[in-house]
Amino acid sequence: MSDPVTAATPDIASLRARAARIRVSILKMLTAAGSGHPGGSLSAADILTTLFFAPVLHFHADELDWPGRDRFILSKGHAAPVLYATLAELGIIEADELLTLRKLGSRLQGHPDARRLPGVEVSTGSLGQGLSISAGLALGLRMDHALGATARLPQVYTVLGDGELQEGQVWEAAEFAANYKLDNLTAIVDRNMLQIDGPTEEVMALGDVAAKFASFGWEASDVDGHDIEALYEALSALRRVDMPRVIVAHTHKGEGVSFMRDEVGWHGKAPSAEECAQACGEICACSEGGDAR
Amino acid sequence: MSKATRAALGETLIELADGGLDVVAVDADLAGSTTTAAFGKVYPDRLVEVGIAEANMIDVAAGLSLAGKVAFTGSFAVFGTGRAYDQIRNTVCYSDLNVKLAPTHAGVTVGPDGGSHQMLEDIALMRVLPRMRVLVPADYQSAKSALRLAAHTPGPFFVRLGRAGVPELYTAEDDFELGRAKVLRAGDKVSLIACGVEVSAALEAADILAARDISAEVIDAFSIKPLDTATILESAARTGRVVTCEEHNIIGGLGSAVAETLSEGFPCPLLRVGVQDRFGQSGEPDELLRFFGLDAPAIVEAALRLCDVRKM
Repeated sequence: MSDPVTAATPDIASLRARAARIRVSILKMLTAAGSGHPGGSLSAADILTTLFFAPVLHFHADELDWPGRDRFILSKGHAAPVLYATLAELGIIEADELLTLRKLGSRLQGHPDARRLPGVEVSTGSLGQGLSISAGLALGLRMDHALGATARLPQVYTVLGDGELQEGQVWEAAEFAANYKLDNLTAIVDRNMLQIDGPTEEVMALGDVAAKFASFGWEASDVDGHDIEALYEALSALRRVDMPRVIVAHTHKGEGVSFMRDEVGWHGKAPSAEECAQACGEICACSEGGDAR
Repeated sequence: MSKATRAALGETLIELADGGLDVVAVDADLAGSTTTAAFGKVYPDRLVEVGIAEANMIDVAAGLSLAGKVAFTGSFAVFGTGRAYDQIRNTVCYSDLNVKLAPTHAGVTVGPDGGSHQMLEDIALMRVLPRMRVLVPADYQSAKSALRLAAHTPGPFFVRLGRAGVPELYTAEDDFELGRAKVLRAGDKVSLIACGVEVSAALEAADILAARDISAEVIDAFSIKPLDTATILESAARTGRVVTCEEHNIIGGLGSAVAETLSEGFPCPLLRVGVQDRFGQSGEPDELLRFFGLDAPAIVEAALRLCDVRKM
């Protein structure tokens, strides 16, 4: 992987192809598993693609415990398939292993298990905790950096679901990160507008998420969460010092698959073999020149 | 001499940091009470205050441990275990992180604050979590040992600390090991297996029983998980009668752990001295120990019942 600091403008077309491959992997592994969460995995695919392959993260797939690495924490742990597909693209796990998702003995648990799978920084799955963990990690990395442990201050990136923001602990963490001026912390909210019981604005209205974070003392912005170029610009922009940063990525649940897009029913249901074939066909057709296996 | 086990927290953290350990403490607006503030005075950058937000406290500690720190958490036992239970289960234990819960103000000896603040279920809550180790020290020196043991052993720990002063039983030379109980007094008629403030009460009870020619063995089961089953079974096999003594609900704590061990290894008569599935209430620590049947006379009564001797 290239160093983001010296990297030229990323090749957006190849990143789109990468995102398409990740989406196809998500669908295939969920179909093999027979259960799981396609909607919120597909909505986050462009975000993880940008983070890992534009790339935004300083990260070496062949040295997972490199102390200087940027950290990624998937707070919305039910979107595990998008993380596993990304780890497969990075060569950290074999493509074949994706088909063991949710099976007895698999390293690919229904929600990420850091004890089983290298490349997962911490186990997640119980919503509302990732931002607190990320904030504590960002603070710890800053303490060590101040003592000269790392040449460059490692960054922490976490992806939260929008429904997850209903957990009160997220706002405890929001206070904390602003209070400690954690300017090596970036939260990305996958604002796909749907949760299990229905639209977020009907279940428990969230309103203007960026404004809420801004009122807590965060640098906040909105971005089209499926526009890789826009995501990269937002993530690589010079950030304000002394402030944590949130990027509200406006997305569609089930993005890339016509019959899943914005459909609440596809939050936690695996596609059948036929549905998977149709979905993968759509993704391949749409990815411009992408090599969708 | 009487000193609270909580006093060990700040002092031990300072010693650990002085010794070069990469230790941090996270507290939730109770740093003065838990004594982590004393650590913060010496190492201001290593005390992380989260405000009144215990769930965040546990996960911030989890994050700090991911950065390589040995992360202690404070708050009171009722909030630092119960209120943040899911964070302890799903993040600290499930990821097997180097987080050491050392909340203070456990049990009825919290005193006047009353039932809302007297945590009597924490041993039970922590004991059932895979990967969690549970230590309940009886005095200031053993609290320091427990905290050092937790700091130097990788993975999750719960060290239960109290607010009130307790008699000093050990010296700095006494050595504690994970999973090893201490036999403080040998005896052959009844085994008094205690933890925390109840160890002093059990010793006092043993004196009273000795005056009646009943030889009681007193065991400090400071490591509740892992439990020293060998010492407990060996003692029970010799005495044939066991009384457990704990400042905790009789459900789920030391009494339950010992009952589980005895039922499988050496079934024998057992009585559990502890809080009888109730909440606490306001009062002074000594009054409350008496009121809830946790003092030496209550232990004596249980021992006499097992020995089939009429009281008085």
